[in-house]
Amino acid sequence: MTAPWQEILKKIDDYRWEIPKSYKAGMSVPGLIFANESMLNHIWEENVYQQVANVAFLPGIVGHSLAMPDIHWGYGFPIGGVAATRVEDGVVSPGGVGFDINCGVRLLRTNLTEEEVRPKIEQLTTELYVNVPSGLGSTGKLRVKEKELNEVLAKGSRWAVEKGYGEAEDIKVTEESGCMKGANPDKVSSKAKQRGIPQSGTLGSGNHFLEVEAVDEIYDRDAAKGMGIDDVGQVLILIHTGSRGFGHQVCTDYVALLGQAVKRYGINLPDRQLACAPIKSPEGQDYLAAMACAANYAWTNRQCIVHWVREALVKVFGKSQRQLGLEQVYDVAHNIAKIEEYTINGKKLTLCVHRKGATRAFPAKHPDIPDVYRDIGQPVLIPGDMGRCSYVALGTEMAMKETFGSTCHGAGRVQSRAAAKRSLRGADVAKALAAKGITVKAASIGSLAEEASEAYKDVSEVVDVTHKAGISRKVARATPIGVIKG
Amino acid sequence: MGRDFEFIDHTSDVGIKAYGTSVKEAFANAAKAMFSLIAELDDIEEAEYRDIELTAPDQESLLVEWLNELVYLFDWENIIFKRFDITHLNNTQLRARAYGEKVDSSRHKLKTGVKAATYHMLKIDRGNGYKVQVLLDI
Repeated sequence: MTAPWQEILKKIDDYRWEIPKSYKAGMSVPGLIFANESMLNHIWEENVYQQVANVAFLPGIVGHSLAMPDIHWGYGFPIGGVAATRVEDGVVSPGGVGFDINCGVRLLRTNLTEEEVRPKIEQLTTELYVNVPSGLGSTGKLRVKEKELNEVLAKGSRWAVEKGYGEAEDIKVTEESGCMKGANPDKVSSKAKQRGIPQSGTLGSGNHFLEVEAVDEIYDRDAAKGMGIDDVGQVLILIHTGSRGFGHQVCTDYVALLGQAVKRYGINLPDRQLACAPIKSPEGQDYLAAMACAANYAWTNRQCIVHWVREALVKVFGKSQRQLGLEQVYDVAHNIAKIEEYTINGKKLTLCVHRKGATRAFPAKHPDIPDVYRDIGQPVLIPGDMGRCSYVALGTEMAMKETFGSTCHGAGRVQSRAAAKRSLRGADVAKALAAKGITVKAASIGSLAEEASEAYKDVSEVVDVTHKAGISRKVARATPIGVIKG
Repeated sequence: MGRDFEFIDHTSDVGIKAYGTSVKEAFANAAKAMFSLIAELDDIEEAEYRDIELTAPDQESLLVEWLNELVYLFDWENIIFKRFDITHLNNTQLRARAYGEKVDSSRHKLKTGVKAATYHMLKIDRGNGYKVQVLLDI
């Protein structure tokens, strides 16, 4: 039997499927979905290819409207979507970044082994849970005043390091050095600042987490060594959070504002949530300045959290940070818009690359990656769901050619939160995780069911597609032993 | 009288369909639906209220802004609202009073965080009774 998508999608190879421009009148470029054949049925059922096609309407879009293999149904843009628009005459869309601006992942290495950590995992997860504020409605240990918040928004990670949270070395291995240029706190509403003040330095809720994990497979020993990942059994800590209510409000404000700009600039869109404005217009520039503030808020957040994670490890293992080898591997944003240069058909173009649920994946030698990674490429951190595994990968030349230096960001949901809750109980999920040797501390047991493995695609399948398609390459895999959920 | 609201399954987020004999009632029920995702409303007292006044270019946008205003108040002031008295609503303006109480973690059970209401799948049906539809990012 032929699957319904076979009439629409044009197979390029086993991992690339094109939505031709002719599919929907108004598309300026074709769509391109990175997926294996078995993933396409789900993508079809969700109608998510429609969203890929809708993004192709954005004025100034170049190349393809792209979908990574972890794509799922979003609002306006799909999650797992990448779209690059010309700065010269294209648009920027807040919906192409999403509400959780600079949601991202930070990875910390340790000298600890799984053998050393397992006997103390209960103590460690408790200490992490206590030391890192998490959960819905939680407020931070940071007490910033509005004037100080403006500094956070302008400086990002550097503000945190100056205040004693973390190390100067952390900044060198953070995307954008933890500070997006062009941030202007005057372009942020007082509502966003009000939401941001109490929540600074919090993990949050939903799919955000802290994970203690052990390396269980290394695919490229040299590259892994270059990132401080030396052996199987080594313990790593993964931090996943974003810009909290601050970023949500920035997006809310600018979707409303740009919804009006759309009419002024005579832009036709198939979905109101795609609201956008020319990059060079005052509205577009204001959004980018406010978005940069939210990005810096998120980097400050992860910078403070990594400090509290180190404190917890030092306390539980009774050794110094240096003895424990608590060095940051990298920090990546996976909801962001960046101005980047690409050569397309021999022509140099300055583009605004929207990554919504996608990770930057720059290759070796790229000038925008830290010196320590110049020879191997930019580390790509891909968290899975809490019951499976996470990956460390590297950016590639192929990503520069095909995906505006982007790859997947995670597993991607396949089941709604409500459906997961109907079919699973939080307590059973905790029990099942315990049986796998994973200790969980959660602010809300209910949220455990929503975030259960069953609700997600298998991250290994997602990462395999990106690896085989060549838009990032696998370096190491780690499995969780302890999880803190908001 | 049938149900006040129902939820639409969405892979990453959640949709709300809210009903009413008037558009005011449908807007109030949409807000109630949203807060029933955030917390167990039976435990919430009507201890305080906030007055809300909004303008928007059209009624659909007004629905999104109404819910986003409540999300903002929840985040900033930690108030969970359970009852909504919409005193004025036309195509571009809304005035309402929302009743609820501040979060007290010893008595209240918080469930899901709502990031924002979106314009995706946004709809107001004005037929035999009113039906409003909105997608929340959670």
